[in-house]
Amino acid sequence: MQFLRRHLNPLSFFAVSYLLFLYVPVLLLPLFSFNDDIYVRLPLTGFTLQWYKNLMNNTSLLSALWSSVQVGIGVSLVSTLLGLMAARAMTRYRLPGRRGIYGLILLPLVIPYMVIGVSTLVILRRMLDVDLTLWTVGASHVLITVPLSMLVLMARMEGFDRSLEEASRDLGDSAWKSFRRVTLPLVMPGIVSSFLLCFITSFDEYLLAFFLAGSDATLPIFIFSSLRFPNKIPDVLALGSLILMVSIVLVVFAEWLRRRGVSGSDSSVI
Amino acid sequence: MTAISEAASDQYDQPATRRPEWVDGLWLIAPTLAIVVGMMLVPLLAIIIVSFWTQTGFDLEATWTLENYALLFQPEGKLYRILIVKSLWVSLVATTAVVVLAYPMAYFMAFRIQRGKLIWIILLTVPFWTSYLLRVFAWKVILGFNGVINSGLKAVGIIGPDGLFEKPLEFLLYNPASVTITLAHAWAAYAVLPIYVSLEKIDRSYLEAATDLGDSKWKRFWRVTFPLSLPGTIAAILLVFIPTVGDYITPTLVGGPSGIMIGNSIANQFIKSNNAPLGAALSCVMMLAITVAVCLFLMAIGKKRLKGADI
Repeated sequence: MQFLRRHLNPLSFFAVSYLLFLYVPVLLLPLFSFNDDIYVRLPLTGFTLQWYKNLMNNTSLLSALWSSVQVGIGVSLVSTLLGLMAARAMTRYRLPGRRGIYGLILLPLVIPYMVIGVSTLVILRRMLDVDLTLWTVGASHVLITVPLSMLVLMARMEGFDRSLEEASRDLGDSAWKSFRRVTLPLVMPGIVSSFLLCFITSFDEYLLAFFLAGSDATLPIFIFSSLRFPNKIPDVLALGSLILMVSIVLVVFAEWLRRRGVSGSDSSVI
Repeated sequence: MTAISEAASDQYDQPATRRPEWVDGLWLIAPTLAIVVGMMLVPLLAIIIVSFWTQTGFDLEATWTLENYALLFQPEGKLYRILIVKSLWVSLVATTAVVVLAYPMAYFMAFRIQRGKLIWIILLTVPFWTSYLLRVFAWKVILGFNGVINSGLKAVGIIGPDGLFEKPLEFLLYNPASVTITLAHAWAAYAVLPIYVSLEKIDRSYLEAATDLGDSKWKRFWRVTFPLSLPGTIAAILLVFIPTVGDYITPTLVGGPSGIMIGNSIANQFIKSNNAPLGAALSCVMMLAITVAVCLFLMAIGKKRLKGADI
């Protein structure tokens, strides 16, 4: 009863409606992925697993998925490594022109992707004559994910006590050894979130890939071109629903790991 | 204390070379800087240069001209002027909608939820793990001819031989309004999270003090809570406004002919029309327009805050 009194008010009502507004469109996708009409339209006609079975034989879709996974993993590895180095430099050293460097690295976050895409295209095709492949897509994805990685890792590095590192140095560890034995374990959660953030950003990025992929399609390119052909959409919906389910499982698993790893003190942070 | 230990470690580290410590830091950050300079600054410079060139057939002609910019002020450039103004407007309306809807949600999470805040954050972000393209497509399903709304109206008899409308509503999709709704949905998390963070940071004793000194709930909100949440709110506004002005996906999928924005026009110059210099000029104008809009906004906020401090 007390629970009801506390939650029956306009603000709680708004919060629940807001979540509905966010969820209803997204949940339509799995709903239609089980519908046996080739067109995505109401009324629903019947249940089927047809589209999920089709996925296995849809070679162009699978190869696009594989391209995106490759690019995503490569991009998140490179960006997280660069972000780690940059964040370390920003937090540990007194760099001359620190603010300028910081602003420069964050610049790709405030330039519209459209501009990054066309300007890179002009450089690569009109001036350097570089062939467009998944490598060019990956390079542009590194550019847009490096600032994210640096921000995430800086937030993590600013949080911990520098004297821990100094203690390790005083006790005779080399700079590299104290980094590996003291700093790295402390920064690990940041590295994991940076990796995930970079992967998701690259995996879902359409515009840069559209300009820079040449003839190799990434998954977003494949999805975008499928949306023009109604008969291709159900397969895409099935794949989208699978990706959604996998990511929910992953995040729940990661959260479960985090709760097991960190007991008490740190879990109250969020 | 730190000064002493630093001085001591300096002695151990650099007895011979006396190389300043920050050189190591510069080496660490150099690769990232090289990427940003090589892949962001150089291309930006290139596109600014190209915007002063012209296109002849398949080649760029490197003679300096203001032609591309002049076009925007001539009668033939009317379409581009309209598109730029429309993009800023659609983006502004969408940003306003996103932030106005996101604020109460962030407030709810910061002040009403005592335990399990993380669950709410996860709940809020789950919809954003689906592909952006599919989320936009979902709105096509909702607003379309055979979509959820039209079917719903059919089922209750509003659309039909005896209903208010004879045919399914076609005005729901393919217009600036459908672009705005879709953007408002797609960017929600980018607004809720920064606002939530700045609300969460507010020292609760300020609120108690305001109440103790006799402020009503509303007065307390406008005088204490809202001003303190401004950093997050401003961040949210910029995070949503800047990328949406140049958006390409949403107007292409749900905008229809009347809903296209400047991003579509820029992309067309590079793909269909093969007029890279004009596309480059439009990109520069778009960036300039965004910068001016953001500066005006920040100046307006700054002035208001100064005025607020006087009272």
